[in-house]
Amino acid sequence: MTAMPLSARADAIPEGDGLVVTLGGDWRITKPLPVWRTVCGNQKAGAVRIRVDGLERWDSSLVRFVYEMRCWCRGANASCDMAALPEPVRRLVGQLEEAQDKRLASDHSRNVFTTVGLAATDLWRQTREFANFVGECTLSAIGLIRRPGRFRWRDCFSEMQQCGAMAVPIVSLSSFLVGLTLAYTGALILRQFGGDIWVADIVGLSTLREMGAVMTGVVVAGRTGAAFAAQLGNMKAGEEIDALETLGIAPVDFLVLPRLVALTLMTPLLTMYANCLGIFGGMVVSASVLSIPPNAYWIETQSIIDLSDVSVSLIKSVVFGMLIAVAGCLRGLQAERSAAGVGRAATSAVVTSILLLIVADAVFAVLFNVLGL
Amino acid sequence: MNDNPQTAVQMPVPGAPPAAIGVENLECRYGDTVVLSGVSFAVQEGELFFVIGGSGCGKSTLLRHLIGLMKPARGSVSYFGENFTEAGFVARRDLLKTFGVLYQNAALWTSMTLGENVALPLEQYTTLDRRERDEIVSLKLAQVGLAGYEDYFPSELSGGMRKRAGLARALALDPRIVFLDEPSAGLDPVTSRKLDDLVLQIRRTLGTTMVIVSHELASIFALADRVIMLDHEARGIIAEGRPRELAAANDDPRVREFLTRGEEKA
Repeated sequence: MTAMPLSARADAIPEGDGLVVTLGGDWRITKPLPVWRTVCGNQKAGAVRIRVDGLERWDSSLVRFVYEMRCWCRGANASCDMAALPEPVRRLVGQLEEAQDKRLASDHSRNVFTTVGLAATDLWRQTREFANFVGECTLSAIGLIRRPGRFRWRDCFSEMQQCGAMAVPIVSLSSFLVGLTLAYTGALILRQFGGDIWVADIVGLSTLREMGAVMTGVVVAGRTGAAFAAQLGNMKAGEEIDALETLGIAPVDFLVLPRLVALTLMTPLLTMYANCLGIFGGMVVSASVLSIPPNAYWIETQSIIDLSDVSVSLIKSVVFGMLIAVAGCLRGLQAERSAAGVGRAATSAVVTSILLLIVADAVFAVLFNVLGL
Repeated sequence: MNDNPQTAVQMPVPGAPPAAIGVENLECRYGDTVVLSGVSFAVQEGELFFVIGGSGCGKSTLLRHLIGLMKPARGSVSYFGENFTEAGFVARRDLLKTFGVLYQNAALWTSMTLGENVALPLEQYTTLDRRERDEIVSLKLAQVGLAGYEDYFPSELSGGMRKRAGLARALALDPRIVFLDEPSAGLDPVTSRKLDDLVLQIRRTLGTTMVIVSHELASIFALADRVIMLDHEARGIIAEGRPRELAAANDDPRVREFLTRGEEKA
């Protein structure tokens, strides 16, 4: 025996028809440890006796080693004498043996039918919740018309600044580049027929009727929809929403409506701005690559677009703004009360917003065709 | 009782093992605001040591400095004689294994089951295989009275159970020191008492040094071997000793008032 053993020691020496297991040294879970199977080798025994020799510090690793040894003894029908072990070690081995028999079932895995069934009921629940939420927002908006003085104008203006003015740089860049790309793509074909000037028609029409509103919607969904969900989710996790409810203040009035109004007002403004920048992008390409003078480009643009195209863009953008605000706020209010829940709410808000946006865009395409707009 | 607690550091006896925790002349700041200054104390191995004081006195700030979440503006913290404040990457990593922490809200990772929560430190710092890890996890959960709850998520548990699971995670690597930040916060008196019993039991079984940040008088009187009391205005330690002795005979009225809930005045 050494005075200061460096690490854990375990030896198994035959004694009569049994084994004497000598344990000693410093048992630390973070250090290399003896393994019972190696210590025991192929030896057989009818009885195992533990001897302690120079046991310094010990922790769970010793408890686990003795537990493994006892499992082996049970398998080999051998008795196990651990009287020599310190009392706390014996108590912990007993606790571990009890715990191993006591694992409570909490099965989170499901078969395919249960999964499909749960997904279907979840989809139905989500649809109902969305419809309920839209209803609540509508009632809240009617309340706003009746009592405009009670509306949180200050919050609304602050949100308008956040989702409107602060979004100008990213909207500028994206819409300018989309206009530029449209002009290049259009020019590829039109040049073959000598119809370079019609690039203005392609850029003007597609920007106003489609790309301006959709691109702005996507940017706003990613930027503001996610922010709404994260803000509200965080407030829910911090019991701030509960505090509002116990005060008798509807979270929809207090938190959702200002955001809904702000985004419904700001998305059309951003879209109009994006339309201008898109047309400007096309103009830059035409002037620099196709040698079309800006005034000719502008006259051609004016000849193809009219007020109905502008109104199409406006109507779409108002609806897109509403949908993004509703999706963002709903996902935030539905968030689980945890950090992971807030993250999932933000992701889900963006996915829902963009999905609703595409569906709404398709509905508008059919509707405007029928109306002849 | 030392009348000048600011200098009440236990001087090392030559040849004696170094203190489990040694804090010397610690200064804690938030920007330019000094929260604590000239804080020195030592915690001996196996001791149940309490950091007490009113709200806003810097208890949690001190704890964050002890466990390395904040860097001291001045002074040092050492564990078993090894300087933690100035330690390099490898030495710091080794010292981090010396202690476990139970956070105020348990801070369990919500996306993982209790079993996975307790197993993560084992995966990180040991070479145990999966079966061996599972056995240690079972043992740790059994030690805190949560045997069988391996597959439960933190959200499926009550506040008291979450605290106990947090303690199981703090004990995963069998640290020599465990820090507990306001363990009774948010718990009812009975659950809180059970947690106190658990702390005592763990100390008895494993000889773990416990440092508890608390202002729960019942826990302080039931558990503490020794306490230090911090004060917001003094920005440091205003008393150090056994809680009952401090409550009965400390010269500082702030200390007596705190430990008797101001009832002595009335």
